Amino acid sequence: MATATYMEAGRDALAEEMRRDPLVWAVGEDLGRGGVFGQYKGLVEEFGSERISDAPISEAAILGAAVGAAMMGTRPVVEMRFSDFALCAMDELVNQAAKARFMFGGQTRVPLVVREPIGMWRSSAAQHSQSLEAWYAHVPGLVVVCPSTPADTKGLLKTAIRSDDPVVFMEHKNLWGLSGEVPDGEHLVPFGEARIVRPGTDVTIVSWSAQVHVAAEAAEALAAEGIEVELIDLRTLWPWDKARVLASVEKTGRLLVTHESVAVAGFGAEVAATVAEHLGPHLKAPVRRLGSPRALIAYAPPVENALRVTAQATADVVKVLLRPLGGRRI
Amino acid sequence: MTTQGSNLDRERLRAHHRLMWRIRAFEEQALKGLDDKTVLGAIHPSIGQEAVAAGVTAHLSRDDILLSTHRGHGHTLGKGADSEAMMRELLGREGGNCGGKGGSMHIADFSVGMLGANGVVAANIVIAAGAAHAIKLRREPHLVCCIFGDGAINRGPFLEGLNWAAVFQLPVLFVCEDNGFAATTRTRTMTAGGGASARARSFGIPSVEVDGNDVLAVDAATAELTQAIRAGGGPRFLHAHTYRLTGHTGSDPAAYRPADEVAARRQEEPIGRAAELLRDAGVTADALKADQTDAVAEMLAAYRAAFDAPFPPASEAFTDVQDAGDPRVEAF
Repeated sequence: MATATYMEAGRDALAEEMRRDPLVWAVGEDLGRGGVFGQYKGLVEEFGSERISDAPISEAAILGAAVGAAMMGTRPVVEMRFSDFALCAMDELVNQAAKARFMFGGQTRVPLVVREPIGMWRSSAAQHSQSLEAWYAHVPGLVVVCPSTPADTKGLLKTAIRSDDPVVFMEHKNLWGLSGEVPDGEHLVPFGEARIVRPGTDVTIVSWSAQVHVAAEAAEALAAEGIEVELIDLRTLWPWDKARVLASVEKTGRLLVTHESVAVAGFGAEVAATVAEHLGPHLKAPVRRLGSPRALIAYAPPVENALRVTAQATADVVKVLLRPLGGRRI
Repeated sequence: MTTQGSNLDRERLRAHHRLMWRIRAFEEQALKGLDDKTVLGAIHPSIGQEAVAAGVTAHLSRDDILLSTHRGHGHTLGKGADSEAMMRELLGREGGNCGGKGGSMHIADFSVGMLGANGVVAANIVIAAGAAHAIKLRREPHLVCCIFGDGAINRGPFLEGLNWAAVFQLPVLFVCEDNGFAATTRTRTMTAGGGASARARSFGIPSVEVDGNDVLAVDAATAELTQAIRAGGGPRFLHAHTYRLTGHTGSDPAAYRPADEVAARRQEEPIGRAAELLRDAGVTADALKADQTDAVAEMLAAYRAAFDAPFPPASEAFTDVQDAGDPRVEAF
């Protein structure tokens, strides 16, 4: 196994798929200089400026052109720079890319990948920090991917490029430099298969993207106190691995679902509701969600931090879940 | 005795006359269906605008690509789509181009290179640019034709799509089918500057303005523009001025415009003008009438076949959504 960063893993996945399939190409602002974060570094030298294409700051045209190019049989990988900017291309993604296959009665497919870097890092304020994965999970026709490790970034991006349906691929900006092992050779991760980050028996925590690492830190701290958390990284929100989550909660009897994005109407609500619907009477404690307050992300660190879902907060909720139910009867 | 040149023109014009009648008969039949509540959703007739569809699509081969708008029946017929499949689509029946899932506003026939009408104004412009981008990447010899209305020029994708096509020198013919109205609003009251052509020229895209009710003028202008595109000249722009004789939709009485304006514009409608030229060129009144009756008969037959066809089953709600995941609500 080789070691790569989260960013390098994405670049390697794209390069491998471009070598394999001449119909794969990438387009977005600044790609000729490696992209805004350097995710495309070295690719224009290998593939040329037609297949690693610069674009004007025209999100609607970048995504709309990708829809047309995908319907014509090519496989565009679209860079949106920040997920916040992808909002300028919502018609193209939601009304066009997601609907064309169904609306035209199966006459066409839209095999495109839109890369939308998400998440809080430091002092990027309200328009460069959001995580809107729940929006896309709500849209029929879209696949939603939120990898948390270099290996998953590589394996899921390769799967996304081979998908015949549009994929929203959300990389977390705070993970670019994260190093990890990536399997050698052809490494593909299927959609809809969650990963058990650590096995446990007391409480199930479900998470995705960078929040997986926060939850892992909480689980580590709880383990020191003798509490065994089973941590599940969903990896993809649509499709999502209901079976694995339900099997885990069936074992532990307790669920906490946690994400960096706003808790209200977040995807955690979907996970929590599904678990409650299936396992309600068998739960040892009510399901819990933990996400950001429904407030906006600020620039000043203390104000920005007020919205972070911390490992401490995560561990605290787990302990609430483990309290005997007796005192909580309604 | 006519010269060979005018003889050729006459045959070409006759073909336009036939197609324009087919478009009009299709839409008049669809409007009857709307009255009978068999055509279920909104339809946006292009009655009075048929010359744009005929003159432009005459220059598109089957391998060329066409993208259209919510007002796209004429363009779709011109590109070669089957009228019965289209009528089935409008009635939401099996055998419709989109299996009854799209209706009038999303009519598409990929088998003839018609990549879809679009329910969102101007949305097709950036998609057309992308289709042309793929053609360029694959070094194919075809072009993309993107037809939109005058209302589209005030949306962002118009600017973004034209810039994109010009920057990447893509083989696209943009056609602004300018009927003067953005839904029920006169476009000029909501548009600053010199309008569609002026905006195209500001991107360095050569633009030609024509009388869009003169099918030969549309034909000639499109010939010149498509030739330049096929020669590798990059995008071109056609601005065709026409007039919508009906309301915005089949159920819009268009009371926002004076009757004498409509009556005056009706005198300039394109089928009558083409018929007059054909009569002058020696085509008999019977022959011209036959173009109309043939078209009406074709569309009536299409309508009857559609009427007799079944609706798709409810299970079609769950096909062609996406490969990943089960779209159905979970049963307990």
